[in-house]
Amino acid sequence: MKWGYTISQPRAINLDTNDYRLSNWVLNNEPSLLRCFGCGSCTATCTAGNLTSFNFRKLHHALRLGEYTRIKEEVSKCMLCGKCRLVCPRGVNTRNVVVSIQKAIKEYEAIL
Amino acid sequence: MDTPRTIHRNWKEYQKEIADDHFYYARSCIRQNFFPGSETAYLNILRNDLSLDVYDDPKHTTCTGIGYHTDIVPLETTMTVIARQFALMTEAGYENFLPSCVTSFGLYVEILDMWEHFPELEEKARENLYKATKREFNKPKNLVHTSDLIFHYREKIAENAKYSFVDVKTGQPLKGVEHIGCHYAKIFPSKGIGGSEFPYVLAGMIESWGGTVVDYPERRHCCGFGFRNYLVMANRGYSVANSKKKFESMAPYKPNFIVGNCPGCAMFLDRWQYTIGEMEHKTYGPNGRGIPVLTYEEMTGLVLGYSPWDLGLQMHQVPVEPLLDKMGIPYNAEEKYLGINGKNLGKPQLPQNCVL
Amino acid sequence: MKGKHVTIIGGGPAGMQAASQLSELGIEVLLIEKDNKLGGKLNQWDRLFPDQTPSMTLLKELQNAIEKSKVTIRLNTEVQKISNLTHGFDILLNAEETQHSDAVLLTTGFELFDARLKEEYGYGTYPNVITSSDLEKLFREGQPLTTAEGRTPSKIAFLHCVGSRDEKVGQFHCSRVCCITGVKQAIEVKQALPECEVYNFYMDMRMFGAGYEELYREAQEKWGITFIRGRISEAALNQENRIQIKAEDTLAGRPVRLSVDLLVLLVGMTASPCNKALAATSGAELRSNGFFNPVDPFNHSVESAIPGLYFAGTCTAPRNIGETLMEAGSAALKIHKFLLQND
Repeated sequence: MKWGYTISQPRAINLDTNDYRLSNWVLNNEPSLLRCFGCGSCTATCTAGNLTSFNFRKLHHALRLGEYTRIKEEVSKCMLCGKCRLVCPRGVNTRNVVVSIQKAIKEYEAIL
Repeated sequence: MDTPRTIHRNWKEYQKEIADDHFYYARSCIRQNFFPGSETAYLNILRNDLSLDVYDDPKHTTCTGIGYHTDIVPLETTMTVIARQFALMTEAGYENFLPSCVTSFGLYVEILDMWEHFPELEEKARENLYKATKREFNKPKNLVHTSDLIFHYREKIAENAKYSFVDVKTGQPLKGVEHIGCHYAKIFPSKGIGGSEFPYVLAGMIESWGGTVVDYPERRHCCGFGFRNYLVMANRGYSVANSKKKFESMAPYKPNFIVGNCPGCAMFLDRWQYTIGEMEHKTYGPNGRGIPVLTYEEMTGLVLGYSPWDLGLQMHQVPVEPLLDKMGIPYNAEEKYLGINGKNLGKPQLPQNCVL
Repeated sequence: MKGKHVTIIGGGPAGMQAASQLSELGIEVLLIEKDNKLGGKLNQWDRLFPDQTPSMTLLKELQNAIEKSKVTIRLNTEVQKISNLTHGFDILLNAEETQHSDAVLLTTGFELFDARLKEEYGYGTYPNVITSSDLEKLFREGQPLTTAEGRTPSKIAFLHCVGSRDEKVGQFHCSRVCCITGVKQAIEVKQALPECEVYNFYMDMRMFGAGYEELYREAQEKWGITFIRGRISEAALNQENRIQIKAEDTLAGRPVRLSVDLLVLLVGMTASPCNKALAATSGAELRSNGFFNPVDPFNHSVESAIPGLYFAGTCTAPRNIGETLMEAGSAALKIHKFLLQND
């Protein structure tokens, strides 16, 4: 049968059912990330973000919510220049966050 | 302040005045198409079972609700049309206005509220109406949605009930999901029984007639009609998705039926079950079937002993027989698709991918 | 200062502080409280932000000062009317008795926002939706932190700004203290139940006081509390009798869904309902939100436009306790000066 439409998928983030193993691994490996309060300084200064859609604030935020869609592709856009770490008002070791995410992705490939 | 750990019946804080008798009835545009039998049943219940005086006027028109909410009919036109409805009511000698549709009810409430805050708009509507038709009008003393009136008389109906929402085999109350419709109380909570957060107009009927009401997380969520969402075919996926969200949320409670307040909601909660069944092979009732959907007129009719086929239940997408069986209402399966004159209406094609 | 009399209306922290200080300055003080004991909302609280000082510690200190002073206390007394005379004021007590005073200090405080008005959160309907005040009561009475059914919660959410910054309930102002209360209580929940996951839903985190921002950081880093920027739009009951929350994570730009065992509403401050009558009879000015309006928010923040009529504490705007106590001291000095000038 031709319907002319499809049933829209829900956009909500379900915090009850999301899998936090990858997220927790990163937090364990770089606990300074806990201090982030989402100001976006990292993203404002980001070299890669000036040229591409890379957004460290959003990447981290999605990670913490257990939302891993496109995380692998996104994290690969970082050039590890470390400018974000210089400006972070909460002293988050952002570079190690990126490295930790890459390691965690290998560890938890299955849940992506 | 009361202690927080006690349950309050907050709906009681939202009561409205409902006149006892003498109503000018305004029909719904779509109810009679979607659920033929509902409005006739309603008038019969009011006139024959409750002995009320209701004036069914052939001269009235649409309230323009659907056109208004899809940005096709301008506000000024809507106001003039509504002014005409009130003029017809005034000419017929009535003061209580009884619209049979949640969209209409919401629109009448909205227009009356606008006129209260912006009297110049009311003056303009009076002027437009007079220029076009030489008619004048009084505003209704009492604006009552058709379900409000059933709610008002729910105990009297219970006294005359032939059937109730009790499983005849187990003696357990049947579980009903109620859906009051966005425009009933979400725009003006004080105009609906129970307001928008503690909807009680349909819940009160179910409880008075022996059933229990399911309080599920997405109870207050829209059915998805959303006017433009449905009317533009490419957008219909949003419409279905909203109904689906409600079905997913209510299904774990194993409700025996759904009852709608608004013609649109009842339609979509019924028809979208078929759509979801066909598109995703998913159904939400027991044994792979759907959840029967009633309008409140049909629900009242069943309780009062009206024949399911006279009520038009054969026109539903989700078969209602499982509910009738549970309530112990007899029906003749052979007569399901016979019209009032005994003429065969023809059987609908069965779904390909689900049972329903 | 012999023979000078001041009536203080409201026996919370502001009233108690000002009473003992005015008394020390040799002024005769009548302290009026509508309740059956002094201390106001301090009586309902368990621990104070930002350092978890027991509220009883502060209350005892204020009580000791009062006990040592010559302040006359009248409990269970309500003021209906303040008549502004050429010399001083006549104050109508319990609708029958008139007290004459040379000056009046209003310390009428605040009321907690009635959370039932935000119907979509189901306070008063769902037993597991409670307020910050209810949570303090649980802590204060030493009760175990459980759901209404006696279960140990595994997830708790706090919602900031309930009855604050919300024109739908006629509350335009920020109540200021709820942000830090939410942080404090979130930590206290973690201290009581280390395994419990705690979420705070906020619009802004307004950490204005000394040590507040540091406590917020501690909440994130040491206690692992999750802060989600977004206001809860609706709470409903799911099949397991848990509270299902709908909100938007505004940083992610997507709706979030979460079910919790307890939802704690951080209720804001509303004006004391007695302000209206006091303002109407005395001529003191009210702000549109029902709090008193002082001459200016700078050097005259405890003065009304009426000579001899003063304010202190949360009767003019939401404040924390430290600010309230400072204002009370400031008002005492201003009243002292006023009485000297009019001697």
